[in-house]
Amino acid sequence: MHFKARASAALADATLQANLRKFQSAGFTALRAKAVAEFGPELFEALRGEGAAIRDRSLESLDAWLDRFEAEAVRRGATVLFAETRAEACELLVEICRRHGVRKAIKSKSMLSEEAGVNEALAANGITPIETDLGEYILQLAGEPPSHIIAPALHKSKDEVADLFQAHHHAPRKDDIPRMTREAREVLRGHFLSADLGISGGNFLIAETGSGVIVTNEGNGRMVTTLPRVHVCITGIEKVLPTLEDFSTLLRLLTRSATGQAISNYVSLFTGPRGRQDRDGPEHMVFILVDAGRTHLVGGDMQEMLRCIRCGACMNHCPVYRAVGGHSYGWVYPGPMGSVLTPSYVGLANALDLPHAATLCGACSVACPVKIPLPELLRKLREKQVNRGLRPWREMAAVRLWSWTARRPRLYALATAIAVRLLRLLGGRDGMIAALPFGREWTRGRFFPAPKSGRTFRSLYASRPTPALRKP
Amino acid sequence: MRVGLFATCLVDLMRPSIAFAALKLLENAGYEVTVPAAQTCCGQPGWNSGDRESARSLAEKLIVEFEDCRYVVVPSGSCAGMIRAHFPEVFADEPAMLAKARELAGRTYELTEFLTKIAKRGVVSASFDGTVTYHDSCSGLREIGVKAQPRQLLAKVAGLKLIEMEECETCCGFGGTFSIKYGDISSAMAEKKCANIEASGAQAVVLGDLGCMLNIEGRLRRRGDAKTRVLHVAEVLAGPTEG
Repeated sequence: MHFKARASAALADATLQANLRKFQSAGFTALRAKAVAEFGPELFEALRGEGAAIRDRSLESLDAWLDRFEAEAVRRGATVLFAETRAEACELLVEICRRHGVRKAIKSKSMLSEEAGVNEALAANGITPIETDLGEYILQLAGEPPSHIIAPALHKSKDEVADLFQAHHHAPRKDDIPRMTREAREVLRGHFLSADLGISGGNFLIAETGSGVIVTNEGNGRMVTTLPRVHVCITGIEKVLPTLEDFSTLLRLLTRSATGQAISNYVSLFTGPRGRQDRDGPEHMVFILVDAGRTHLVGGDMQEMLRCIRCGACMNHCPVYRAVGGHSYGWVYPGPMGSVLTPSYVGLANALDLPHAATLCGACSVACPVKIPLPELLRKLREKQVNRGLRPWREMAAVRLWSWTARRPRLYALATAIAVRLLRLLGGRDGMIAALPFGREWTRGRFFPAPKSGRTFRSLYASRPTPALRKP
Repeated sequence: MRVGLFATCLVDLMRPSIAFAALKLLENAGYEVTVPAAQTCCGQPGWNSGDRESARSLAEKLIVEFEDCRYVVVPSGSCAGMIRAHFPEVFADEPAMLAKARELAGRTYELTEFLTKIAKRGVVSASFDGTVTYHDSCSGLREIGVKAQPRQLLAKVAGLKLIEMEECETCCGFGGTFSIKYGDISSAMAEKKCANIEASGAQAVVLGDLGCMLNIEGRLRRRGDAKTRVLHVAEVLAGPTEG
């Protein structure tokens, strides 16, 4: 099913629409706006510029910073593995599980593990994955993918979650949020204590110290990275930053852009496994750094996309995302960033709809903390589709016929004179056209306002009296 | 000083009165206005559809047509944005044309921007008895910074009272070909816009772009609102004109 069909289903789903409305009124956008106002809009603008520059610097010498990261991480006792593909990432993870006799793995939120299908790979090898981020946990029970990169279960209402918990927790149904949350905590606590492996994502990798970073609000991430014997951090190779100073700049941007927080409840840096003097921490610490299409973007005209720090501001501000929700986008990443990443990672021909699923209104790029020109990248993807002959011939014929005619002013004048007169007639007395032969997509939800005059401006202007003859 | 008026294809076809209103405002401001007779389209449909060649040929045509105008004024943030922000991208690999595109971008203005920034003489003498709300069109707002200018001019219209609506900066769902590729999403977005217009209680919604105008008016009438007027800012500022 393509974006369009999924989006139409989403628009017709009354429960989903109610949940989306609630999400909007609860408002990440308003929280971000408040945080930016408190920070000072001009200072924040300058910070965005710095953030973009830091990400560009990291990407320009990506190989060098990854080398540095690897050297520093290894020096501190961690293992660093590189995976070229999503499948390879899963193989490495399963191999680690085998080596350490892992039967149960707890996970904190990781979009890359969604990309790679880590849960499926683990389950297929007899290892039980348990999501411990509350939203991800809910979705694991429901058997659904996330619909937002930082608020994965925003498409679910409290009642839907209450039903799920009742069905899976074998306990009386609860419908107030604090009691539901406590129940989930009690279930998860047992898993935290009995798991052999913790899997986390990584918001950033710090080259100068060989550390991974996660930025979270629930505290589950800290348990995942410290309680089990083995900790695996799985993330994309583009997440590397040169220094802790760079990280501090991006952290200020990330939390404000995502949830309007000056800082998140938890910021965890993990540097190597448990040391001799440490009282807790994993015995083994492994980084799996995944390429999965990223190096194809380095050095090309889509490189700016790799600046992304996964804050979700672009989707929060996207009127299309807000209307249809995240599942419409079909793969792991929704909204404007997803419409650029999905075709880039799964292939242009496999996501034909996505670059067109935007009005190019620009609300995303204005909110982006690292100034990714998302509308421009979407337009470039459209151009790549055209150049590779991937657009429907009728669409291309229409665009080219318009431009061919518009280059011939006499023909254009004749064609438009006829069209305007016809449309004017179709408009009738109230000037509204209810159905157009080739315009059903338009008229299904709207009238088409007919031209106000039966003639074009150019023809009216050409036949208007010369200034000397006009009334004073 | 010679000012070239680029009416835009949508105004030309759908609502000539807007171009006459723009003409009147520019003439009132003391400018000699020229309307190149062979003007058609700026090439935005091709550009946004990914067909660089379609966009390129129309961009070149426009550059030639307005070569001898000191200023080019456009009653549309979207088409002005195309010329200012995107013509240089269209010719990125052609140094000679790129220079021309940049030079044109430097003297091209959206109408309200021109009237507040360049025109020295007061131009607004119209009156309007009632309340209006203003919809900020995306390209005008985010590509060229049209936000305060129309409000500044509307404040000078006798009798007009501006009421801001919720989410005045949110896209109405038009998006050019988006409106006919994804009709359901586009209509749903237009519906949110119309609900905000209605909630503002204003008697008219005023805006600066034809695409939004067709989308919003079409949805307003379809949802049974025959009263709320949909007006281009030029029409409000100029008062009654021909066309």
